[in-house]
Amino acid sequence: MADLAIRPQDMQQELNPPLVTGGLSYRDITEKVSGICESKTPRSWYIAIGVTGSLTAVLGLMLAYLVANGIGVWGNNSPVGWAWDITNFVFWIGIGHAGTLISAILFLFRQRWRTSINRAAEAMTLFAVACAGIFPLFHVGRPWRAYWLFPVPNTDLNMWQNFRSPLLWDVFAVSTYATVSALFWYVGLLPDLATLRDRARSKLRQWVFGFLSLGWRGSARHWKHYEAAYLILAGLSTPLVLSVHTIVSFDFAVSVIPGWHTTIFPPYFVAGAIFSGFAMVITLMVIARQVLRLENLITLKHLDNMCKIILATGSIVGYSYAVEFFTAFFSGNPYERFTFLNRATGPYAWAVWTMFTCNVFAPQLFWFKKIRTSVPAMFAISIVVNIGMWFERFVIIVTSLHRDYLPASWGYFRPTVVDVLTFTGSIGLFLTLFLLFARFLPIIAVSEVKSVLHAQNAGH
Amino acid sequence: MGAIFPKSANGVVRLAAGALLLAAGASIGLYAYFSQPRVLDTGYTPVQPVPYSHKLHAGNLGMDCRYCHFTVERAAYAAIPPTEVCMNCHVRVKPQSAQLQLVRESYARGEPVAWVKVHRLPDYVYFNHQAHVSAGVSCVSCHGRVDQMLEVKQVQPLSMAWCLECHRNPAPHLRPVELVTKLDWKPDRDPTQIGREIMEAKHIAPPVNCSGCHR
Amino acid sequence: MKTGKRYWRSLGELSDTPQFREWLHREFPENASEWTNHASRRTMLRLMAASFGLAGLAACRRPTEHIFPLAKGVEDYVPGNPLFYSTAFALGSAAFGLHVETHDGRPTKIEGNPNHPASLGAASAFAQASILSLYDPDRTRSVRQGRRRSSWEAFGEFAKDYFRDDGDGLRFLSGEVISPSLEAVQQHALQRFPRARWIEYEPVSQDQAIAGAELAFGRAVRSHYQLEKADVVLALDCDFLGLDAPSLAYTRAFASRRKVSAPKSEMNRLYAVECNYSLTGAAADHRLQMRASKMALFLAALAAELKLAPEMPARAQLSDAELRWLQAVAKDLAAHRGRSLILAGPRQPAVAHAWAHALNELLGNFGTTVRFTAAEGKRQVEQIRELADEMAAGRVKTLVILGGNPAYDAPADLDFSSRLTKVRTVIRLGLEEDETSALAHWLLPEAHYLESWGDVRAWDGAVTIQQPMVAPLFGGRTAAEVAAMISGYPYQRAYDIVRNRWGGAEAAWRKALHDGLIATEQVEEVKPKTRLDRILATPLPPSVDGIEIVFQPDASVWDGRFANNGWLQEAPDPITKLTWDNAALLAPSTARTLGVKSGDMLLIESAGRQIRIPAMILPGHAAGSITLPLGYGRTKCGRVGRGVGFNVYPLRTSNAMGFAAASSVRKIPGSHRFSLTQEHHSMEGRPIVLETTMEELRKDPRAVEKKTGRHELFSLYKEPTYDQGNQWGMAIDLSACTGCNACLLACQAENNIPIVGKAQVARGREMHWIRLDRYFEGSDEEPSIVFQPMACQQCENAPCENVCPVAATSHSPEGLNDMAYNRCIGTRYCANNCPYKVRRFNFLDWHKDLDALQKNQYNPDVTVRMRGVMEKCNYCVQRIQEAKIKAKAESRRALRDGEILTACQQTCPAEAIVFGNLNDPNSKVSKLKKQARNYQVLAELNVKPRTSYLAKVRNPNPELA
Repeated sequence: MADLAIRPQDMQQELNPPLVTGGLSYRDITEKVSGICESKTPRSWYIAIGVTGSLTAVLGLMLAYLVANGIGVWGNNSPVGWAWDITNFVFWIGIGHAGTLISAILFLFRQRWRTSINRAAEAMTLFAVACAGIFPLFHVGRPWRAYWLFPVPNTDLNMWQNFRSPLLWDVFAVSTYATVSALFWYVGLLPDLATLRDRARSKLRQWVFGFLSLGWRGSARHWKHYEAAYLILAGLSTPLVLSVHTIVSFDFAVSVIPGWHTTIFPPYFVAGAIFSGFAMVITLMVIARQVLRLENLITLKHLDNMCKIILATGSIVGYSYAVEFFTAFFSGNPYERFTFLNRATGPYAWAVWTMFTCNVFAPQLFWFKKIRTSVPAMFAISIVVNIGMWFERFVIIVTSLHRDYLPASWGYFRPTVVDVLTFTGSIGLFLTLFLLFARFLPIIAVSEVKSVLHAQNAGH
Repeated sequence: MGAIFPKSANGVVRLAAGALLLAAGASIGLYAYFSQPRVLDTGYTPVQPVPYSHKLHAGNLGMDCRYCHFTVERAAYAAIPPTEVCMNCHVRVKPQSAQLQLVRESYARGEPVAWVKVHRLPDYVYFNHQAHVSAGVSCVSCHGRVDQMLEVKQVQPLSMAWCLECHRNPAPHLRPVELVTKLDWKPDRDPTQIGREIMEAKHIAPPVNCSGCHR
Repeated sequence: MKTGKRYWRSLGELSDTPQFREWLHREFPENASEWTNHASRRTMLRLMAASFGLAGLAACRRPTEHIFPLAKGVEDYVPGNPLFYSTAFALGSAAFGLHVETHDGRPTKIEGNPNHPASLGAASAFAQASILSLYDPDRTRSVRQGRRRSSWEAFGEFAKDYFRDDGDGLRFLSGEVISPSLEAVQQHALQRFPRARWIEYEPVSQDQAIAGAELAFGRAVRSHYQLEKADVVLALDCDFLGLDAPSLAYTRAFASRRKVSAPKSEMNRLYAVECNYSLTGAAADHRLQMRASKMALFLAALAAELKLAPEMPARAQLSDAELRWLQAVAKDLAAHRGRSLILAGPRQPAVAHAWAHALNELLGNFGTTVRFTAAEGKRQVEQIRELADEMAAGRVKTLVILGGNPAYDAPADLDFSSRLTKVRTVIRLGLEEDETSALAHWLLPEAHYLESWGDVRAWDGAVTIQQPMVAPLFGGRTAAEVAAMISGYPYQRAYDIVRNRWGGAEAAWRKALHDGLIATEQVEEVKPKTRLDRILATPLPPSVDGIEIVFQPDASVWDGRFANNGWLQEAPDPITKLTWDNAALLAPSTARTLGVKSGDMLLIESAGRQIRIPAMILPGHAAGSITLPLGYGRTKCGRVGRGVGFNVYPLRTSNAMGFAAASSVRKIPGSHRFSLTQEHHSMEGRPIVLETTMEELRKDPRAVEKKTGRHELFSLYKEPTYDQGNQWGMAIDLSACTGCNACLLACQAENNIPIVGKAQVARGREMHWIRLDRYFEGSDEEPSIVFQPMACQQCENAPCENVCPVAATSHSPEGLNDMAYNRCIGTRYCANNCPYKVRRFNFLDWHKDLDALQKNQYNPDVTVRMRGVMEKCNYCVQRIQEAKIKAKAESRRALRDGEILTACQQTCPAEAIVFGNLNDPNSKVSKLKKQARNYQVLAELNVKPRTSYLAKVRNPNPELA
């Protein structure tokens, strides 16, 4: 792992404070992490998955009901053609950004503190993207025709898709992103899967993990190829992190609707995505850390760093909001001006101010080290940020649509029970998947943490 | 500890993977092939309540299509003729034939004969016979050599792609209007050339936009 | 074996195809023949397997469809080609000539008859929607005696021995008889039964106008207004562009004077004095809000101002503002002798009409802007009052109710329905099961006018033969037939009754049928003289202190007869944009004093009766007055109209049919949710509907352009040029558009637009392809109203097109924004990206609960859209294609201008909508687009809409500026 070699002098300032505390040995780390998925399943887990599982069932029911009756079971109307459906889509896609960012970009930047959190973050990414995928698929009026979105050759129609449509770009962007993140995650898992295989006692576990680890033996050649593959995938996913949400933002940016037709959207969306992604990582990791007693591997240092990133991206988001309003005023375009005035003071003002409070003001608390290092505080704020980011998408989509050019066509959107349950259901699905992951796979990249530890010790 | 899988496992896995891919590919391919209108719809030959032979009437007797399908030049539909039209001749010709039992009953009772539809387009497609016939598109282009059919059979896919072929390049399918019902017509020179001249003369520019056929 | 049976059936179909036999032989050679015999278990299993195997293909394979040609050909009938017949639609004392389109024997669309003087090719919303009533599944389906199902034969038997005597205690009750053939039967019946009487009653009648004429002239006359000749028009509580018009010609004539092409062209000026905000008020150049009870006084004061009448105390009761207004109007009228016109509305008392006549004569308008024809002096309210008294006294033994719905709409003080129970035999001929049918002993299904023979005389006397488009769906018969049956008229069948009434040669008859007019029918004009002394002797109606309530027909259900018509229920009220409801309309100031807001429930008491009804604040409504639209709150009605809205008839008494004083109006607990199609009423200062004045236009012809401002438009891309062949475009003259719903209904009928219901309208999911955007301008207390028909603008740079991922909406070479429903997957992105928000999405399956009967109305030339797809206006592309094919068949290259009419254009009474080829410099539309008034909405977006608008022009009186 030549390319990852750390020069001792960097180490001092970089690994200070240490990223692995409690003087753990390699063995301890393996024991600690593998232990989680080898020990007997605790009752709390069953209870948790019981709850999330039933929420997932609700999601299934809602979707079935939707397909049976039509989009009318949601609150969408004319002029508000998109509402919670696309809001949820963008929300989940946004969440799905932290994982790849942590694994890929921080990896390329040699941010070694990523190692204890990247695995879980990547998993989270996949699950979030899975949730996100549901909405564009089911928001169409005729889901059974949704395959027309893909450029499959059709001998009976001689028709292609409209490649000018951002919605089509989305299809490619999101599917690519999902594929690459999945590969990235799996490749990262290999050494640890092998570890689990070797530690397995039951035949079944041996077989399963044996099959999944694709015959990993940890030989030098394996490691060499592994590092190469990992680096390449990191290189591949880095641009994707930026491209996906950029393209999602095009759905709005290329339209003619005031409040959507904005050039600032790509950076603004990406920042927002990372912002929300890290918030979600904190939410999950804080819980995992507490429940699975991983304080020594997921140290305050890790959490502190994430809080800093949230602070940074949160400020970018806040700045974007400000710029949006300024541009609206500065453009002198009466429609643009009205839209933003209407946001701040119109029927949806409550949503807008919720958004501001959660996304702009709340994260500013992270300027204080006290708060950055207080687990309950950061947990609370991370939740708040998640809520805020959902509202951001709601505000962008609904407030722009409900009052555009011709006042005669103005309307108001009210969600239905189905809207609410569908979204809650998607949260259920997300958590269910994460619980399964936490139960059966090593939620911390053992091998990578060891490398950190190695460096750390080498330093002393 | 020893290996969990024997060495052969590698082969098995590779084989399995290969087989899986193959199966997937095959099923997609098969579906893609069989779901084509060309495969699915062509050759549809339902049994008609009355064994009416176009071969006999249009072929051997050389009756013009328009004797029965007389609305073809005036309407979107080349209507199936009223029983009356059959009886014009069959009061004298084969007045007793058992095969014509239904026709005679229909005429007597004034109730229609339930012919089975052969050439069907979806409701959202508005094909217009008048437009095509007056442009010089022959019956044969879509219906084939009906004058040789004992039972009418669908010979063309009637799919959008198939329609578009001609709409994008009509010349080869055009002929002088007076010849549209002459199914066995053999052009004496390059049909495309003839078609071009007709297009020129009649300013024929078939629509290839949606509302040309979908309304 | 149940499942087994099904397999048999599916195989049974396949089995006859040669392929299947062949396949079968290949599949099981050994017992290929066995399978047709009764199935052994083994074969059964095989066949199940087989049919499963085939299931895939069998499923893809279409189900067998049949074609049923006629047994015997029908003359002129070409399957698939529509046929048009002329007939006429009657409403109260008015009748409108129509052309009805029928497809394969199904009436599908109603157009106005260009030959008919009251239609001129246009058709009102009511006339167009009446086709839906023909297919109303809730119509009376059979003859009933009490509860028992009976038959016409049985009724015939009954009638034969029941109606023997001289008609003692026999009364006929029908709507206003405007059918000459029914008149004939009527006279015969009254001769046959000397002691019988025939009562005619319409809840919305011309009683007061007739009375007014009698007062002014000493004889009953009908007034006919020549608005094209009038330079100055004063309308008092008279919505002659809307509900109070007996003829659409009024709108046509008025609009012809509003379309100013050149600055120098002469425009008329309209003053409206009204209580409720009407279409006429919206079109007016000056509108004065005034309580209905004060208007007679206003006219008297005007007479005084014009030195026609001596000074009278009337003046004193007018405010200074009103007086200023009055003087200005008086001056303007006096300055246009012979070219002015004063109209009084049907709600106004006789004396008001009398004064209007007197003033018109003074101003020399007789014979120029107003003509008169003779009329009968029958006063309907008095007739029904007498009938009710007789019923109460038990003098009525038999009541034959031909149409109408008196149990619901008779004046409240007559207590009609309870008195009806005193009548021994009630025979009721009716279209639907309504409040009256419920009280009848004999219930007879009435034939709809589209399925029966008849004839009607229009307001101006033109007579049209009504011919059936289809045989009576439920064996209904006409009023004439039933009257004939009862009175033993020599002719019994509707056709014979009508044919015999007119006699004449067959050729003439056929011509009359074809033209939709009987040329020979001319009503002689009369030249009455006003008797001022009598008018002066007549006291003005006492001024109402406290709040007055005004009754007027509703724009959707008229007097309640259209309550079960989904199209009309969902058509928004032109002014309030209210659907599926009526409301107590009141001014903001009145609302303040009562402490109510829109939706609050009111308890209104008058003459000892009371109703509960939600309030709706209507800016521009006269203060201290409440307008109550008739026709809602039907208790016995079909599935559509039952329990919709609130019944106001309980407050309407026989001596105050127009307006009355409310003894008390107060807010009560509870509120009501309205379904509005437009929730925001201000233009927010945006240049959407441009308005200018005649003066401005004279000063500067480019005034309109200055309002939108020039836009430097450029594109980053090379834009397609549309200079070849037909390039379709539309121009809409906002100066002519009156905001009536005719185009909306026409579009609905032509394009199979579904009804979504009240709840869905509230959610903002109405499907109308053309909106009539209505904006208030100015103060809340004295706003003006502008209308803007808004449908797909067919943008050349359509924002909807490039965002559709599956290319379901794309541009045609003729500049249409095509919409392929069958390609659409329903992302709704196009609708989001449409600046005009004119795209409509099928959120649910709107056709699911539709009765099979109603589907007969569908236009076969237009796809019925399924759930989950987007739809929108396409300039009636089906009509465009039809015309092009026709032209091709006639080997014509170019289409004639006006050869293609869009549905909205064809039916527009004001001819405000013009569609045509922009590539033809001589086409009407190209010429309009060259006018200085022409502008595009949201032009600055560079979407290049093909529909443009001609700015609205008003012609205010400088003195009132």
